[in-house]
Amino acid sequence: MPQPNGSISFILNDREVSLSDIAPTATLLDYLRLERRLTGTKEGCAEGDCGACTVLVGRIAGGRLVYESVNACIRFLGSLQATHVVTVEHLAKDGTLHPVQQAMVDFHGSQCGFCTPGFVMSLYGLWLGNDSPDRADIEKALQGNLCRCTGYEPIVRAAEAAAETRPSEIFDPITRERETITIRLKALTPAETITVRQGEHCLIVPANGEGLATALADNPGATVVAGSTDVGLWVTKQMRPINPVIFINGIAELQQVEETADGLTIGAGVSYSMAYDALSRTFPGLGALINRIGGEQVRNMGTIGGNIANGSPIGDSPPPLIVLDATVTLRSTMGRRTLPLETFFIAYGKQDRKPGEFVESIFVPRLPADDLFAAYKISKRRDEDISALLGAFRISVDNGVVRSARIAFGGMAATPKRATSVEAALIGKPWSEETVLAAQAAFETDYQPLTDWRATSDYRMLAAKNLLMRFFLECGGEPAQLVRYAAGER
Amino acid sequence: MDKSTFEERKAIRGEMHVSQRHDSAHKHVSGTADYIDDMPEPAGTLHGALGMTDRAHAEITAMDLSAVLAAPGVVCVLTANDMPHSNDISPSHLHDEPVLADGLVQFHGQPVFAVIAETRDIARRAARLAKITYRDLPHFTDILDAVARGGELVTQPLTLQRGDAEAELEKAPRRLKGQMRIGGQEHFYLEGHIALAIPGEDDEVTVWSSTQHPSEIQHMVSHVLGVPSNAVTVNVRRMGGGFGGKETQGNQFAAIAAVAAKRLNRAVKFRPDRDEDMAATGKRHDFLVDYDVGYDDDGRIHAVHANYAARCGYSSDLSGPVTDRALFHADSSYFYPHVKLTSQPLKTNTVSNTAYRGFGGPQGMVGGERIIEEIAYQLGKDPLDIRKLNFYGEKGSGRDVTPYHQQVEDNIIAQIVAELEESADYQARRQAIIDFNRTSRVIRKGIALTPVKFGISFTLTAFNQAGALVHIYQDGSIHLNHGGTEMGQGLYIKVAQVIADSFQVDLDRVRITATTTGKVPNTSATAASSGSDLNGMAAHDAARQIKERLVAFACERWQTTPDHVSFVPNHVKIGEELIPFPEFIKQAYMGRIQLSAAGYYKTPKIHWDRASGRGTPFYYYAYGASVSEVSIDTLTGEYMVDRVDVLHDVGRSLNPAIDIGQIEGGFVQGMGWLTTEELWWDDKGRLRTHAPSTYKIPLASDRPKVFNVKLAEWSSNAEKTIGRSKAVGEPPFMLPISVLEALSMAVASVVGYRECPRLDAPATPERVLMAVERLRNA
Repeated sequence: MPQPNGSISFILNDREVSLSDIAPTATLLDYLRLERRLTGTKEGCAEGDCGACTVLVGRIAGGRLVYESVNACIRFLGSLQATHVVTVEHLAKDGTLHPVQQAMVDFHGSQCGFCTPGFVMSLYGLWLGNDSPDRADIEKALQGNLCRCTGYEPIVRAAEAAAETRPSEIFDPITRERETITIRLKALTPAETITVRQGEHCLIVPANGEGLATALADNPGATVVAGSTDVGLWVTKQMRPINPVIFINGIAELQQVEETADGLTIGAGVSYSMAYDALSRTFPGLGALINRIGGEQVRNMGTIGGNIANGSPIGDSPPPLIVLDATVTLRSTMGRRTLPLETFFIAYGKQDRKPGEFVESIFVPRLPADDLFAAYKISKRRDEDISALLGAFRISVDNGVVRSARIAFGGMAATPKRATSVEAALIGKPWSEETVLAAQAAFETDYQPLTDWRATSDYRMLAAKNLLMRFFLECGGEPAQLVRYAAGER
Repeated sequence: MDKSTFEERKAIRGEMHVSQRHDSAHKHVSGTADYIDDMPEPAGTLHGALGMTDRAHAEITAMDLSAVLAAPGVVCVLTANDMPHSNDISPSHLHDEPVLADGLVQFHGQPVFAVIAETRDIARRAARLAKITYRDLPHFTDILDAVARGGELVTQPLTLQRGDAEAELEKAPRRLKGQMRIGGQEHFYLEGHIALAIPGEDDEVTVWSSTQHPSEIQHMVSHVLGVPSNAVTVNVRRMGGGFGGKETQGNQFAAIAAVAAKRLNRAVKFRPDRDEDMAATGKRHDFLVDYDVGYDDDGRIHAVHANYAARCGYSSDLSGPVTDRALFHADSSYFYPHVKLTSQPLKTNTVSNTAYRGFGGPQGMVGGERIIEEIAYQLGKDPLDIRKLNFYGEKGSGRDVTPYHQQVEDNIIAQIVAELEESADYQARRQAIIDFNRTSRVIRKGIALTPVKFGISFTLTAFNQAGALVHIYQDGSIHLNHGGTEMGQGLYIKVAQVIADSFQVDLDRVRITATTTGKVPNTSATAASSGSDLNGMAAHDAARQIKERLVAFACERWQTTPDHVSFVPNHVKIGEELIPFPEFIKQAYMGRIQLSAAGYYKTPKIHWDRASGRGTPFYYYAYGASVSEVSIDTLTGEYMVDRVDVLHDVGRSLNPAIDIGQIEGGFVQGMGWLTTEELWWDDKGRLRTHAPSTYKIPLASDRPKVFNVKLAEWSSNAEKTIGRSKAVGEPPFMLPISVLEALSMAVASVVGYRECPRLDAPATPERVLMAVERLRNA
């Protein structure tokens, strides 16, 4: 039965926009620049890596209006229902620069200026949410912004200086508008599925999980898009069609993190940023890892559910989740099924997801108190890089003897994969350096890694072996990795 | 004190030698600084996209573009045959660089055709519809393969020779040989290439191009179209970064846009996607350096023989002068009593490498510093001791002549290094690091102090000239134009300060205007760090001319002599009378004084005879030094830069804030080159690090954790440059050689510093770990 054609409604700076003719592949950046002539937002890479296109997107989460930095180049226009898009043009008032902008001027934070609006927006996001950022906070907020001119030092100084001025209605638009925007966005939050059709194009925005299941049943070949940090590149770089498309980023019920005595249930729509608190609290070894996945904008957009659903061999979340015995729940109109995450990955590019099914949630059981756990990412550049390899280790030791071991790696095989031979070489042996040295050889049974632009096969193998040694040394309290800022260091 | 005296003493805002914010800073931060893609498009503007080959070396046997042309929204498809006059845009004039490949493709990603369509998206999609068949030819991308295949060169090599290196190597008490690989570098300007061509009347065309070299864009467009240069106007207000990557590489985009615009009589914009930009435009040259050095037990160098082989790509572009400059800097800051240096600009099936900040100089210096490091490890000494022993001596010391027979007259390296060694507490920190390394199992530290001496001037002497155009309007406002381009380096503000200073008016009276070939002709590229040296002097000359006319007018009108006329802050003082500048200008206009002048400057003293390898190619040298401290993880090769101290020489700074920005930014960019930025080609000859997802430039969290940058405030240029300042664009790029060497020291710690780790660049975590393994297993 043909439905009435819907439209996507959001607020752009100070005006409401309602669009009923949107291509599934239309990006926010192109819309801003080509249709609205808001040219302050720049295209640097069109793949979410440079941050020149950074804007803030406000949305209602947990009943509260939150603003997050996102990459407009890979944010689809159709995914903006009930959001407030804030671009750099919105900051200055009557020719007076915003404190964040003024600090960037005063500290010589721009040279060529092309990346600058993106930096300003990332810094603005930080400024809104953190009243005394330390250098680690500032660097984290800027992980997704590349500057080729300044060497960053003046930008960091500007961020510190900007924090001296706190939000006020007088000069800060979001502070001024917060109440009215909250009311307007709540009014725009859909109760039912929105479908926008234009010719062959079909763009579906379900309002809830049931709507998503129905939409997927009706369109089993549809592209399901959560954070678009991967699908965005299919469009901007490969120019692949994604029609029909289902945007699930607005589904509140998929954005729940449920903490129980047994563990954490993470909805498939939960972004890395949203998952950070619960995950890093429950699994201290995961906090530092999450902060090295993408940049801030990517963590604000990208979801753990998406990282699993796309089945990448170098996804950063599957290896630790596999060793933590996580399970994944798939849902369709036929019901739900739950399976161990490890078995979800069948082969390169092939997952155990049937037509009509979507990843609904991931359950991660709590670690027994005496289990040792760590996850280590190795990449050419420390932050905002794709892993050359990523190892996750979990071990329980009883009276000095390894009782159980679960080890999994990304970047070492065509899928995230367990190191079963290494595990076998550890189990039942004394937890000692000799055991570790002996077990290192077993990596060669478990993996035959590739050589590519991220690392050679030899390096991957050697580093994997050495990460086991790092794990052992760290379990024994010996410093075995670099730390840029010690806890509490400002 | 009367009012006039008080006002006379009040300084202007924005004179020379005072920190000023970038002229566009307020626009940068608010998104109102317009780059070419931000400008309103003329009605009916069309958009271009490149059709690029997926072969590294092949003959095109057939090309079916019908599907491309048939795609809805496509207006036309251009191939080599559609270039009206010439398909050649070789900047070296060796006719080896086609706009579009003509029957032969020579690197993966080479543009073969261009699509012009109603939208950019349509053009990009249509470009993928071509059916091209090829007959593959053998390809090679690596320097060693190029040598093995006969070592074809893209341009003439250079030899620099002084004394008898071969004989002295034989005689030296000690001798060592080695080889070093030094990687290339992608510019990664944040604004990619772009050109907007707007057709005019007759044969005219106006091109907005993101270019460091508007005059060359003009020449190339006129050459390809077959129209005189006076039919082509090229404009650029600002670039979103250049770094050398927009010296010649904008030519192809501008040429195609102009050809399409004239053919279709519609404006045409060409903006490649980032991946296409990275695949189709040149980069810093990779080098393979073979060195042979003779020295004595103290570590004093007797003779050096080195060959610098470079991956130039498929055409010459700027590889000649780039490889020349590598040799000019192979001495770093050291006197080589006997020396022979050769370059080998090799042809490879890769994109044609081009200018990049330092222009071969950094690669030359990295090789020179490796030699120092080798000697130090051989002798078990601190490399800094070997450096000091080999620095160029004072003028007239007998140790002051370079391999190209230029006398080093302005040497201050010893003073810079001594001051930095002290202020950075180098000796105590080095000892503390050695102590730390004794007990730390996994984490090791390293520290290094390295010098910079960089020659300033284009080595092609003719390029060392510049023009400027200054108008004063009747209201006393000043219009400034010059041949230099603004890419973020602060050239516009520096030259504006020169003008404000000359007329003694506040900076906001000076309007900075976009660079255009229509106002100042025959300009050189804004390159070789020369921007403020050349354009600052040219603008100063224009101001001088106008001021002379104004003084003459004042003498006549007020019946006085020139010594009673002076330009004081925002006024002209004639005798005891103080006239506000605008009022005086109004009177000068009424007195029919020409209030406009074209200024000109050419660098004195320099000359260079390439054939004999002798001359004075550089007007002066800029100096600096840095100390870097790093930590490495010997299990993974990961590292962090813990602290950096820099002392750098910019002569008398025209604008200290801008200069410090150049030093900090240059340092981090150079550090990226030597650490995480790696270019990687697969066996098909395809560059696989072609986007920021795979090519990793430094982030905020990679910058030195402690970063102390100071100017050598006592320095003043020995030569008569503008305000006795020195060039600053490139020299700081070489400061982070200390990062590479500090990493090397941390690696060497695993064998008690007994062996030089021979850590190649870029020192990725992988290279660091593999060096640790190599040393441990040796």
